[in-house]
Amino acid sequence: MTPDEFIIRQISVFSENRPGRLAAIAHALEEERVNIFAFSIAEASGFGVVRALVDKPEKAHARLTEDGFNVAFTDVIAVRMRDEPGGLYEVASMLGDTGINIEYSYAYSGPAGAVLILRVDRPAEAIERILSAGKELLSAAAFR
Amino acid sequence: MSHWNPRFEEMPAPELDRLQYRLLKTLAYRLYAFSPFYHARMRESGVHPDDIRSLEDVQKLPFMFKGDLRDNYPDRLFTVPHEELVRYHVSSGTTGKPTVVGYTEKDIELWTESLARALTSIGLTRGDVIQVSYGYGLFTGGLGLHYGAERIGATVLPTSVGNTERQIELMQDLGATAICCTPSYLLHIGEVAERMGIHLGRDTSLRAGILGAEPWTEEMRRHVQDWLGIRAYDIYGTSELSGPMFTECADQRGVHIWRDLALVEVIDPETGESLAPGERGELVLTMLQKEALPICRYRIGDVSSVKDGECSCGRAHPRIERITGRVDDMLIIRGINVFPSQIEHVLLGLSEVGEHFQIEVDRKGALDDMLVRVEVRKEAFSDKIADLMAIQRRVADRLKSVLNVAVRVELVEPGSLPRFEGKAKRVIDKRVL
Repeated sequence: MTPDEFIIRQISVFSENRPGRLAAIAHALEEERVNIFAFSIAEASGFGVVRALVDKPEKAHARLTEDGFNVAFTDVIAVRMRDEPGGLYEVASMLGDTGINIEYSYAYSGPAGAVLILRVDRPAEAIERILSAGKELLSAAAFR
Repeated sequence: MSHWNPRFEEMPAPELDRLQYRLLKTLAYRLYAFSPFYHARMRESGVHPDDIRSLEDVQKLPFMFKGDLRDNYPDRLFTVPHEELVRYHVSSGTTGKPTVVGYTEKDIELWTESLARALTSIGLTRGDVIQVSYGYGLFTGGLGLHYGAERIGATVLPTSVGNTERQIELMQDLGATAICCTPSYLLHIGEVAERMGIHLGRDTSLRAGILGAEPWTEEMRRHVQDWLGIRAYDIYGTSELSGPMFTECADQRGVHIWRDLALVEVIDPETGESLAPGERGELVLTMLQKEALPICRYRIGDVSSVKDGECSCGRAHPRIERITGRVDDMLIIRGINVFPSQIEHVLLGLSEVGEHFQIEVDRKGALDDMLVRVEVRKEAFSDKIADLMAIQRRVADRLKSVLNVAVRVELVEPGSLPRFEGKAKRVIDKRVL
């Protein structure tokens, strides 16, 4: 597999910080039969950014744009962690030691294990470092 | 740099002070004697012409309002017999009745004189071909500039408005060097010309545009000058004053108001008190020599300021800044006058946000709190909170530096702010005073 296959397209949506906005996004995705694997909300004063990993990012992008949302694709990577104490430390310290900065991250833990989603400043290097350390990266195909 | 009327244009400030004082005093006596309306108003305010003992005493005189002209429709404010009138102009009343302005021969003469000086100060002269694309007829723009342009010996091309392709053909064939029209009509001419394969700057002799009769901005001036390759000058005047009659000089830094013709003041629209040069408020004009329809301390409703300092052209006649809005739209935030149009100007200069906005004013404790909502443009949207906060900060900083008052900025989704057709209602004032 080439490193590019580990780059996952996350959708990022600008949202005003008021009741009903997340519901509006979620409802649009439901109507398009788009499944959400993981998501997070980053908040600032008066607004926020909703970030989500979905099975059909293009479809989600098109529908949300049509509904008037500001939507962007952002490249992230997803690392499988050990779902036990020390799992996050292992990944975070590996990147920190290499001088790769984590801009933001969020995680989910499901039956197939724990996954850490990362937005880093140097994705190609991060992919190489993670793979060479023998850690598992999820490919973009895994989210379809 | 040439002057049309060096005697008045080169007159030093102290001499202009004396001249203006004499003209003001004469006007006060004339109104007291011949204007039943203004006589009554002076009595109400307890002012007699004898009380005018210095130029500053203009502040003792009562104001005139737009409503006074409407209430006295059509001619009850005229102070000359009808046979003295040589012309009428009628301004379209956007609200209520129209306003009728009558002119004596001298009124037309001074209006023409004012424009002759103005056009000369721009650098136009005998040999120039001036295309007048303002409407001719009841509207003052067309005929006013027509007379002014003829007076300086220029050739007038009286195209009036409409039939744009023909206007462009004539402009090219007859070698128009200047055009007088609204800024939006010039942009339209530019677009139509482009479709005809003509670039105004390169393919015609045009080098100046005298633009007014509607609000425009410095951004528009830059756009017109860069795109069309001509110089754009602001012109000011309303039908009550006679018509468009004052322009910028070649320096393009504010519209010169001839002190022997008009006395300009800027007041705080709330208190009626005079403001210092540089401070923005409501324009108040006194036409010192106007006969048929005298105008004394007329509150015109336009927002501007008198520019500080002397003009590099050397004329000691004050300059007013471009009209930045209407008084009716003004907000007072922590004692500072804020005009929604200023916010619009700032937003037009920022590529990250749209030009639509909403202002919400509230009171937090004893202090006014102003919130401006703006839409983030799609191209500027970033997944990173830090980038978005930087946009928010940039908008807030720019607004603060222009408005002189701190503003909170809220970024909202594109298309979420109300759009308006016609007059926009952009302000939500929640203050309970």
